[in-house]
Amino acid sequence: MATQDRKNTGSRPEEQDEQQGNPVPDSGGTPEGGAPTAQTQGVDDLLDEIDGVLESNAEEFVRGFVQKGGQ
Amino acid sequence: MTSAGPQADPSVPDLSVLDPERFSAHRVMGTETEYGVIAPSIPDANATILSSQVVNAYAATLREGLGNLAGTRWDYTDEAPLADARGWHQARHAADPSQLTDSPPILSAEQIAILDSGLDDSGPLDSAVLMNLVLNNGARLYVDHAHPEYSSPEVTNPLDAVLWDRAGDAVALTAMRRIAATPGFAPVHLYKNNTDNKSVSYGSHENYLVPRRVPFNHLAAVLIPFFVSRQTLCGSGRVGIGAFNQAPGFQLSQRADFFENEIGLETTVRRPIINTRDEPHAVAEKYRRLHVIIGDANLSETSNYLKLGTTSLVLSLIDLDRAPVPEIQDPVRELQAISHDPTLKHRIRLVDGRLVTALDLQEMYLDACRGESGRQGGTDPQSSDLLERWGMLIDTLRRDPFEAAHQLDWVAKLKVLEAYRSRDGLSWDDPRLALVDLQYSDLRPERSIYHRLSARGQMVRLVTDEQVTAAVSHPPEDTRAYFRGRCISSFPREVVGASWDSIIFELASQRRLQRIQTREPLRGTAALTGELFATSADAEEFVARLLSRPQSGMAP
Repeated sequence: MATQDRKNTGSRPEEQDEQQGNPVPDSGGTPEGGAPTAQTQGVDDLLDEIDGVLESNAEEFVRGFVQKGGQ
Repeated sequence: MTSAGPQADPSVPDLSVLDPERFSAHRVMGTETEYGVIAPSIPDANATILSSQVVNAYAATLREGLGNLAGTRWDYTDEAPLADARGWHQARHAADPSQLTDSPPILSAEQIAILDSGLDDSGPLDSAVLMNLVLNNGARLYVDHAHPEYSSPEVTNPLDAVLWDRAGDAVALTAMRRIAATPGFAPVHLYKNNTDNKSVSYGSHENYLVPRRVPFNHLAAVLIPFFVSRQTLCGSGRVGIGAFNQAPGFQLSQRADFFENEIGLETTVRRPIINTRDEPHAVAEKYRRLHVIIGDANLSETSNYLKLGTTSLVLSLIDLDRAPVPEIQDPVRELQAISHDPTLKHRIRLVDGRLVTALDLQEMYLDACRGESGRQGGTDPQSSDLLERWGMLIDTLRRDPFEAAHQLDWVAKLKVLEAYRSRDGLSWDDPRLALVDLQYSDLRPERSIYHRLSARGQMVRLVTDEQVTAAVSHPPEDTRAYFRGRCISSFPREVVGASWDSIIFELASQRRLQRIQTREPLRGTAALTGELFATSADAEEFVARLLSRPQSGMAP
């Protein structure tokens, strides 16, 4: 990672020229209720994409995901 | 000292937004993430070995890219996992072995032999097996039991906490790529989830600095109903019901079914809603570190932001003695009942006889926050933003939870699952749905369903990829994490150990190790120490100047 000489440009998200230490998220804007329109067509498309992302042999893969205890 | 920050007296940081008398989400906080870890091609791989491969792979990447690797010894001096906030210590012999986090893990000779080759090109002399790393951004990456864990640097506000938490995911991804590219090593997958859906859970913890003067019992009484209900906003969703996945179905939370108590010291067994570990990692007379173990690991930045932000706002209400206490009759049972009802209609019985939903409970806390904000004539921009998002999400979830799919993890996951069920007619015990659940949290973008959604613009982002990349190698500037991270990056040869409370230097001119304390989380900032770093020629001068100050041995 060649970031050694980069200065702290990103350590304070979206400084909005307010009081130091008061960042506000910029993206997403005001939270909206979401737009359920035009999504049905996208859903088929999305599932096609996820089909290609999923590990093959779901049953075996899920069975093999065994963890030891944690906190 | 001739140095001067922006303030008249550099030894007094400007902490106005952190004033406990002001209603605000700003406070010192941080996150810890234990990642799920597997090597699919080695079904019986030892989890501790895989976890140390992750740490060592990241170390190798650091050596290669930046040539610095420091602070590989953790300083356990100030660890106190058996100190209980209720005022006593648990006896060491009575503790579960996994609670003893105040001593380094030990690998067997066999385990070291497996690790001690391959990941690092820099030669056998340099390739001692590492179980712990302190990073340039002030974070800790280490082997915690059987999982790799990233503990974020201390930050002062929820949005920064989201950013440096996401930086941990980037660190984990870098380590995975390194292992995958190393001949002779089986690829390792890391997941940001909290259960294997067999019987095991692992944590993602939050830490908040609170004034010691707040009585712990009051803190617990306010937080139990809040934690029981906040999963409606920050649950990550889970396919399967019960700690042993004994029934098919979907629930809001990864963690809910693994909690058995209201209050307790343990984190690995008999898990409590309120954890009483009293290990402040700061001046103990002034501060308590509230160690929250009940949260889910979040991929959605909105879920994470709301999780950290609303909790910090409620802590501010507690500081000001303005918090509601809607006492629940049976909190553990209700925690699970709420999680098991994605319609959010479940009614919770309160001790006063009322029946309310989880969203009603959340609204009680929101109303108290709005009231206090109004009483104080408003609050800072980030706290106002949190109040606005919190209120709108409660309204949205009441109207139709699916409208929050672009903001909340559990809704985003459920929407994909329901689409699969509808397209392929799958029942809840179909392994493909379990796989969707698992791969939602895969940290490799090409395999992660969260990332597929995000790449399509279907998840609201609060930080940019550029900010995340910068946060991987730069510390926050407004806490002691700055001092830690800069010591690691500036003096890699001389910094031989570190912890939350200290940095240890080994100097050619000194026979003894020099331990610099960092017990004030709001000191060691860029404003207070930036010039010292900039104007010290080397570690010798840096430490000499630190030690010549009135409070020698402590970070400015």
